[in-house]
Amino acid sequence: MSHPSTYEPKTGLTRWLDSRLPLMRFLNDTIVTFPTPRNLSYLWTFGGILAFCLAVQIVTGIVLAMHYAATTGDAFSSIEHMMRDVNYGWLIRYTHAVGASMFFLAVYIHMFRGLYYGSYKAPREVIWMLGVIILFLMIATAFMGYSLVWGQMSFWAVTVITNLFSSLDGLIPGLGTSIVQWVWGGFAVDNATLNRLFSLHYLFPFIIAGVVALHIWALHIPGNNNPTGVDVSEKLKEKETLPFHPYYTVKDVFAIGVFAILFAYIIFYAPNYLGHADNYVEANPLQTPPHIVPEWYFLPFYAILRAVPSKLGGVIAMVGAIIVLFFIPWLDTSRVRSTRYRPLYKPFFFFFLFTCIALGYLGAKPAEGWYVIASQFFTFYYFAHFLIVMPVVGIIETPKPRPKSIAESIFNERRDPSSPRLVPAE
Amino acid sequence: MAPYKNSLAAVVIIASVITTSPISSVYAADEGTDVAYNVAKQDWTFGSMTGYFDRAQLQRGYKVYKEVCSACHGMKFMYFRNLSQPGGPEFSAEQTEAIAASVEVEDGPNEEGAMFMRPAKPSDKFPLRFKNDKEAAAANNGAVPPDLSLMAKARTVETHSAWYMFPVNMVTDLATQYQEAGPDYIHALLTGYDDIPSYQRDGSGRLTQVKAGETVPNAEQCVAVQRGEGSDPDVCTPLGDGLNYNRVYPGHQIAMVNPLSDGVVDYEDGTPATLDNYSKDVTAYLMWSSERKLEERKKLGLKVLLYLIILTGLLYLSKRALWRDVEH
Repeated sequence: MSHPSTYEPKTGLTRWLDSRLPLMRFLNDTIVTFPTPRNLSYLWTFGGILAFCLAVQIVTGIVLAMHYAATTGDAFSSIEHMMRDVNYGWLIRYTHAVGASMFFLAVYIHMFRGLYYGSYKAPREVIWMLGVIILFLMIATAFMGYSLVWGQMSFWAVTVITNLFSSLDGLIPGLGTSIVQWVWGGFAVDNATLNRLFSLHYLFPFIIAGVVALHIWALHIPGNNNPTGVDVSEKLKEKETLPFHPYYTVKDVFAIGVFAILFAYIIFYAPNYLGHADNYVEANPLQTPPHIVPEWYFLPFYAILRAVPSKLGGVIAMVGAIIVLFFIPWLDTSRVRSTRYRPLYKPFFFFFLFTCIALGYLGAKPAEGWYVIASQFFTFYYFAHFLIVMPVVGIIETPKPRPKSIAESIFNERRDPSSPRLVPAE
Repeated sequence: MAPYKNSLAAVVIIASVITTSPISSVYAADEGTDVAYNVAKQDWTFGSMTGYFDRAQLQRGYKVYKEVCSACHGMKFMYFRNLSQPGGPEFSAEQTEAIAASVEVEDGPNEEGAMFMRPAKPSDKFPLRFKNDKEAAAANNGAVPPDLSLMAKARTVETHSAWYMFPVNMVTDLATQYQEAGPDYIHALLTGYDDIPSYQRDGSGRLTQVKAGETVPNAEQCVAVQRGEGSDPDVCTPLGDGLNYNRVYPGHQIAMVNPLSDGVVDYEDGTPATLDNYSKDVTAYLMWSSERKLEERKKLGLKVLLYLIILTGLLYLSKRALWRDVEH
C-alpha cells in the first residue's frame, strides 16, 4: 500500500542516482519495506509463483526460438531435431511445454483465491481487470504456442479456432469469411498462418510482462487484500503488517520451491502426460483426427463453446465467459469481501468451482448425449453465478460478524472466538 | 491438521487399491462394438522413475525393425549414429559402421553435377523406404505406412472409466508416471491379429457371437456389429477389401498385413523367437527412437528433484525461523 518512503541513500553513488532516477528508492519501497498484511495464507504466494512461471516461459522460449523453423515443411522436424540432437534440447522443450500447464494451474488458483476473498472489490477493481487482461493474453499466447508444434492437434486446433470467426457470416454475410482469410493470410491454414502465429507468440509474452507490471503497480496502491477482507487500519498498521522483505520474500521463495518440485516431477517423469499423442503426428491437412481436443486449460471454455447449439452463439458464450469477469467488481453487491464471513454465498462459490471442473471434464468428452445436456446446465450456471447469484446473494445475505481489524483477528480470535470485541458487520 | 491427514491416508489407500486391482491394468480399446477388447499394461523396463532401456532388447528390436518393419515403414528422424550413441542399443562403432555400410544412399551432386549412390555412413539418416506418400500408397493398396520414428508417443489408449473415477485415474497415472500407453498399444496391435469373429443370427435378426471352437451353419463374419434400432435386424460390417482383422486397431480393419509370427526373425542371443518377444522388443526399440533421451532425462530428474527438495527444505526452515515470533 502507499506508504511514506523510508529509503535513505547511503553512498555517494546512490545519492547521486536518487536525485536523478530514484530506481533504488522505488525497489526499496515496493519489494523491501512494502507493508504487507501479516495474516496472508499460502494462497497469496501464487503471485510470486506466476512471476516465476512467466520468467521460465520467456527464458526457455527464447532458447527454443533459436532452434525453431517457422515453416510448414520444417516446423515439426526442427522440434524433433531439438529433442534429439540439441544438448538438453529435450529439457528446454519439455520445460516450456509443461510450463504452459503449470502457468495455467497457478493462474487458476490465483483467480479462485481472488474470487473467494473478494480481492476484486473496491479499491482493487483495476488490479482484477488487469488480471483478466493477462488471462486473455495468456490464452492467446498458449494457443499460438501450441500451434507452433505443427502436429496434427496443433494444425486442427488452429483450423477449428480460426474458423470460429466465420460464424460472423451470420451477422453480415462475407464478414466472417473475410476475417478468416485475413487471419490465415491465404485461403487455408498454411505457411503464412504459421509465420504470423510464431511472430505473435514471441511478442505476446512481453506484452504480458508489461501488463503484469501494471498489475503489480495497481496492487501497490491499496496493498494486499487478506483472508479477513478487512482493511489494514491506519492506527494499527505497525501491528498488522510486516515489511515485504524478508517475511514475504522468504515465504514466496519457499512456495516457489514447492511448486518447482511438482513442476520438475512432471517435466522429468511425465512430460507428455498433459499433451496429446496426436501431436506427435506431423500436421496433415488431408486427415482430420477423430477427436479434436484442446489442452486441459482450455477445456472449460471449449465445453461452453460446444454447449450452445448455434456456432455464433457458442462463440459469443465462450468469449463472454471471459468478458463477464471484467464486470465482477460491480456484479458483486456484497459489502463484505471475504467469503469466510458470507454463509449464503459460500456454497455457491464452491458450486462454481465444481462447475468449472465439470466443464473441464465435459470439454474433453465428445459432444453427444448426456454430455451436451450437462455442458448446457453447467454453462448456464457459469453465467448465472456472476449475473444472478453474485448480485442477488450480496443483497439478501446477512454476513457473519467480521473482526473489526486484522489485529483483532490475529491477536484475539484465536484465543477466544466468542470475544466481545468481535462486532457484527455494519 | 488431523482431518487432512485422514483424508490423505484415504486417498493413498484408494489409489493403491486401484493401482493394484486388475481393472486398472486393462483398458477398453473400443466401445463401438459389443465385444470389448483390452490393451493390457506390459511390464516395460523404461517405465517408472528408474526406467532404462535394455540394450540387448533394443538390439533385437532393431533387428526386427530392419528385417520386417523397414520393408514398408521409414524412420525419418533416425540416424545410423544413433545406434551407437549412449542410452540406446549401443552397438559398437564398428557394428554401426557395418550396419550403415550395408545400405546404399544417394549423395551428390558430384563435380560433374550428377547424383550418385554410395554406402551409408553413421552420419547418414536411415534411408526412406518410399520417395513420397504417393509411391508408398501405390505400393500398399492405397494405404501409406506411417513413419515409425515417433510412433510410441504418437499412439495412446483411450480410457473409458466412469466420470467419478476421472480424478482418481488422473492422480494414479501421475503418481505411477504411467507414460506407456503408446507402447502398450503397439504391443497389443502387433499381437492383435486374429480370426474375424463369427456371429449367429437368430429369428429376430439379433447377432450373437459364436464361441471360439464352435461351428455353426450360416455364420456371419463381422468386424463390427451395430445393434438394429427397435425391431430392425442388427447390421454386420464385413471385412473390407484388402484389409485385415485386428482386435485392437480402432474399427478392427487395418491395412497392414500381420507382420510378425513365431520364428520369422532369427534371434542370436538365445531369446525365444516368439511373436510376443518380437513385438515387445520392437516396441521397446520404437520407444527408444521416440524418446532417445529417456535415460538421460530420468537420471537427471532424480538429481534435480533431490536438489529441489533439499533447497526447499532449507527455505522452509528459513521461513519458520523468521516467522517464529511473528503472530500471524
